[in-house]
Amino acid sequence: MSFKDKTDAVNAAGEELNPELDLALREFRLSVHAWSEAAFSRPRTAFAAGRRKQVWLLAAGWALSVVLVAVGVSTGVWENHRQEMRMAAARMAEHERQAAEQRNQQARQEDEDLLAKVDSDVSREVPSAMEPLAQMMAGDETQ
Amino acid sequence: MAAGTALEAMTMATAQEIAAEEFSAVVTKHRPQIFRFLLSSTRDVDLAETLTQECFLKAHRNWGRFRGESSAMTWLMRIAINLQKDHWRNRRLQFWRKTQTNAVELDEASDWLPSGERSVEQQLMARERVAQVGQAVEELSERQRTVFLLRYVEELELSEIARATGLNEGTVKAHLSRALARVRAELGGKR
Repeated sequence: MSFKDKTDAVNAAGEELNPELDLALREFRLSVHAWSEAAFSRPRTAFAAGRRKQVWLLAAGWALSVVLVAVGVSTGVWENHRQEMRMAAARMAEHERQAAEQRNQQARQEDEDLLAKVDSDVSREVPSAMEPLAQMMAGDETQ
Repeated sequence: MAAGTALEAMTMATAQEIAAEEFSAVVTKHRPQIFRFLLSSTRDVDLAETLTQECFLKAHRNWGRFRGESSAMTWLMRIAINLQKDHWRNRRLQFWRKTQTNAVELDEASDWLPSGERSVEQQLMARERVAQVGQAVEELSERQRTVFLLRYVEELELSEIARATGLNEGTVKAHLSRALARVRAELGGKR
């Protein structure tokens, strides 16, 4: 056991490390060192970052295109919908205008009829209920 | 006067050359260790490489200001720790970003355990122990993990850890003690 190994058996806080913990820490250190050496000496591809950037750009381009198409289609659909709504509203307004005109005309007609009736009633010499008596009286006078 | 200026320019150029050579030697010597610390902290090879490059870039920019009060290793480690902290802080703010997919489980790191001259059973047990330590390390707080890795993977002395992390030695000891308790519990609990 080297001096370094002996000192490792006592932790920094002065506590003694049990053999199992000491072994586990040693193995952990070895594995991290081996992993790091393997990762450090792995062949590096200089274009990796560029390619990743390209992939990101491509993905971003696709996403943007999809969004633009979706926005274009939904704008068209929305505009069409609005146009239809406007036309329906115009048709309804026209229909209501015609109905109102018809109602007005009918009301005018009724007023005219009523006025004509009132006129005919007012223009009589005697009320209609008294008419037979008036005729009898008129007959007497002629005799 | 002109000769003096030319001499000064030559001296400055020579000094710069020496500084560049010194820095190059520092990079060659310490790059694997800085990379290893960042790899064990982040568990992401690509991220560790990026942060290592950033670390040496920052070190290069500030090389002129390095007074040698601590070792170059401690100075570089301090830069690496700060970069790593900044990285995680930025990541936390970028909550909309997906978690890095390159990060590996520490169980996978146990695959790298050298087999030596042990039996298959011993190797499996060793892998199990490494995975347990890895699990415990993963559950440590950022500061405890940093202190633990600097001590038990990088084998730095307490004073060096204190300088690299900017903590005092007492705090470093306390963090180490807590981290070890966690590792001990992990190893004990799954035995």
